[in-house]
Amino acid sequence: MTAVVVSGLTKVFNQGRGDEVLALSEVDLTVGDGEFVSLIGPSGCGKSTLLRLIADLIEPTAGTVTVADRPAAQARREQEYGIAFQQAGLFEWRTVRRNVELPLELRGVSKAERRAKADRMLELVGLADFAGHYPGQLSGGMQQRVAIARALAVQPPLLLMDEPFGALDEMTRERLQSELLSICAKTGTSTVFVTHSISEAVFLSDRVVVMSARPGRITASIEVKLPSRDEAGRQAPVYFEKITEVRQALRA
Amino acid sequence: MRRVLSVIAGLIAAALLWEGYKAAGDPEGTVLFGVRVLPRADDLSMPHLWTILGRLTDPEMTGGRPVWIVVLDACLFTLGITAAGFLAGTLIGLVLAAAMQRFRIVERGLLPYVILSQTVPLVALAPLIAGWGGTLMPPWASVSVIAAYLAFFPVAVGMLRGLQSPSAAGAELMRSYAAGWWRTLVKLRFPAALPYLFPALRLAGAAAVVGAVVGEISTGTRGGIGRLIIEYSREATSDPAKVYTAMLGAALLGLLVAGAVSLLELPLMRHRRHVEVVTL
Repeated sequence: MTAVVVSGLTKVFNQGRGDEVLALSEVDLTVGDGEFVSLIGPSGCGKSTLLRLIADLIEPTAGTVTVADRPAAQARREQEYGIAFQQAGLFEWRTVRRNVELPLELRGVSKAERRAKADRMLELVGLADFAGHYPGQLSGGMQQRVAIARALAVQPPLLLMDEPFGALDEMTRERLQSELLSICAKTGTSTVFVTHSISEAVFLSDRVVVMSARPGRITASIEVKLPSRDEAGRQAPVYFEKITEVRQALRA
Repeated sequence: MRRVLSVIAGLIAAALLWEGYKAAGDPEGTVLFGVRVLPRADDLSMPHLWTILGRLTDPEMTGGRPVWIVVLDACLFTLGITAAGFLAGTLIGLVLAAAMQRFRIVERGLLPYVILSQTVPLVALAPLIAGWGGTLMPPWASVSVIAAYLAFFPVAVGMLRGLQSPSAAGAELMRSYAAGWWRTLVKLRFPAALPYLFPALRLAGAAAVVGAVVGEISTGTRGGIGRLIIEYSREATSDPAKVYTAMLGAALLGLLVAGAVSLLELPLMRHRRHVEVVTL
């Protein structure tokens, strides 16, 4: 089974109008089961668009998306993925805990189980003490951590993340990166991760997919094999080599 | 405690303004270029507050019930009409707003008529609706229809704006959870619309009171505060304080409805009250 198969994917916004934009052109991408793939590229290269197409939040103009061997629309209906966006997008009228519970609620999970799961996720992102707070009372970084907890709450087989750590400080970011990796390793979750940061992409990924803009297409796919994903990994020569390789691919 | 004090301070200020103008203003009113720009301040037009309050305890007519009981009775009668109209109007407003949010074409087609409905003069409409009383429905219910007709408008417009207020990201999130229109409405759009709904409900409450009072007058329904205002104003030349007692009753009615909306708001808007941001 493959987590995601994208083939011949093309997306045109505002087709047939004056402001027509070719966002993606003939993109092919395969994400294996349990694989962590980062999408990296300059602004406007369509990496977020690609993520949203995989999530079936928008319709492709041409080509197909398969998630867990099913068409993307069916996979979305069967909730094969969890998603976290750049903006936390929490519901301000719900407490932090009830925000994390939301996807569980929509799946019809029982109240006690919902609460237990939400609390576990909040502990994971270091916000156990803020379960009863409202989002308006939290700083931006804390809100983002709640959003990540919400995406993880259903323990989906596929995680789609659109620059989820973009708004966080370096320390929190590194801690959450490690947390994310350990969760993915533990649960065998496949991940598609959109980011601007080369070092983040290299540290997290099994494979870094480099994209170019106008029209958005994949220009390189770089396998990363770090000896370990921890402090030692961040200082390994191969880590710096891969960063250089990605940087050069981005410049090409 | 502070709230109670500020309410009392407001009442005192209003009383001082009334008595102050009465003391300082021209009894014949101030006339500029043949237009009376300030009202008469004589006892006939502006009775002393204590005269009005005193009138409340006097009997309505010789040997009759005290005025305050009559006014309170009329208030209760009109409150029932207002409440029925307010509830019906709110319900209609909510359903219209949801329909307009759901279907773009309904919004385009309906919204102009919703706005148009409020420009039709009530006096033109009232006789038609009054005709329903006694045949289609009891006479009091026809007054409720008029109250509902005024009340639905702010709810429909405010709620539509509220239902459309969630960001595209919120809607996308619900889509990613495979939530359909109804669950998105319940979990996202409706709670997000509450900050828009409550001001709309306040307007609707006031409109329902006006609708009930005016509706009673134009349909000739007996027993309510609107009717009482008309009856008492006929005696204004001989008993000027009497009509003000009825107006006090109408004001009380407005306060009651506004208070009811506030009570509803308290538990639903809890998240708005804690505003201190934790920065960790």
